[in-house]
Amino acid sequence: MSSSPAVKLIAFFGSPYAHRAEAALCLKGVPYELLLEDLLRTKSDLLLQHNPVHKKVPVLLHGDRTVCESLVIAEYVDEAFDGPPLLPTDPYDRAVARFWADFIENKLTKPFFMAHWVEGEAREGFEKEGLELLALLEAQLKGNKFFGGDRPGYLDIAASMLGPWRSVVEEVTGVTVAKEEEHPSLCQWARDYSSNEALRPCIPDRDRLLAYFTKNKEMYRAGVRAMLQQ
Amino acid sequence: MSSPPVKLIGFFGSPYAFRAQAALCLKGVPYELLLEDLFGTKSDLLLKLNPVHKKVPVLLHGGRAISESLVIAEYIDEAFDGPPLLPTDPYDRAMARFWADFIENKLTKPFFMAHWVEGGARERFEKEGLELLSLLEAQLKGKKFFGGDRPGYLDIAASALGPWSSAIQEVMGVTVVKEDGHPAIVQWAKDYSSHEALKPCIPDREKLLAYFTENLERYKTAVNTMLQQQ
Repeated sequence: MSSSPAVKLIAFFGSPYAHRAEAALCLKGVPYELLLEDLLRTKSDLLLQHNPVHKKVPVLLHGDRTVCESLVIAEYVDEAFDGPPLLPTDPYDRAVARFWADFIENKLTKPFFMAHWVEGEAREGFEKEGLELLALLEAQLKGNKFFGGDRPGYLDIAASMLGPWRSVVEEVTGVTVAKEEEHPSLCQWARDYSSNEALRPCIPDRDRLLAYFTKNKEMYRAGVRAMLQQ
Repeated sequence: MSSPPVKLIGFFGSPYAFRAQAALCLKGVPYELLLEDLFGTKSDLLLKLNPVHKKVPVLLHGGRAISESLVIAEYIDEAFDGPPLLPTDPYDRAMARFWADFIENKLTKPFFMAHWVEGGARERFEKEGLELLSLLEAQLKGKKFFGGDRPGYLDIAASALGPWSSAIQEVMGVTVVKEDGHPAIVQWAKDYSSHEALKPCIPDREKLLAYFTENLERYKTAVNTMLQQQ
């Protein structure tokens, strides 16, 4: 394939959504330049110009093309570049991967992470729901190292928050929802994901991520309380 | 190549089940429709084949069950021969997926709340819904359909904005989408509802009106519950 225009990714450190886009690029073997936003400062003109609809990271810039939404970016990276496939080849396996990514996005993430951040009585309900949903996802590993099989793929990318972010949030909140004895496959998956060779350039440094969440702990708690009142 | 038979579990009136039917019609795939009764008990078949969400539509193809209307649409595009539902270019595919996600996660709720909600609260949903509708409408870009000359994946994703919006507006006695405000979408809705390939699955308007009239109180109750949760 002829030389492709440069790839840039607008992201910020600590964003699990921006990580998904980076993970897709790393696993596909696509070189890219990272443009870091500062979450707590004003959004850059570049970000606002290229993602006027959502005004959020990640944003992938490929030549004159702009792609937003982390999972849309992951599929674009899979289709626009040569490299190891991120999605399976069989249409049914692809449908299964997409179904479980949608499940993570729209069913699992909120109660699972609320169970870590919410304090008091409300926590129990989120924990019960989060664990039930987590078990359904965990079953999709089916004895494989990754959801994608021997190497991480699209669904591993979609699930990445359950890896490095879960670990750090557990430490910062002092709450562990997914316990090793009850969720051995998922906990092992998280370790394998975080230490995967191809993902090395984009797995966030744990100490730095821990510092980020520690620093912003009250902001997250306030955000969660506001969500609960809605 | 002979393919195993295709069945679709749906129910009359569901715009999500319709998306799956529309994908099958546009791809030219024969199928058998198995109708659930939405407000009756869910069938054992549905509960067995979609244990995670317990919702329609569910596509059955040979021994495979696929859930989630947009996942089904992509599966149909990939598993069967026929006219493509998604564009061929990776960037155009990313755009179609981005705007389908926009419909699903940004537009649908305020837009349809503006149809159902009565009294003072309606105004803000209408303002938000119509602003978001304008963003989507701009994606038509002078074409007859989002997919170009014929409907495609994004038209399928937008289906509820056609026959359903029209029927609900009539039953509720409101006008949310005005011709002078959104001429392109209004025309799109007419073209989509009358498209030859979709004839077998576009719901009969009288029947859809009767469905919403009959279930008016149920929908209003559900909407009020949602309003109170906010």
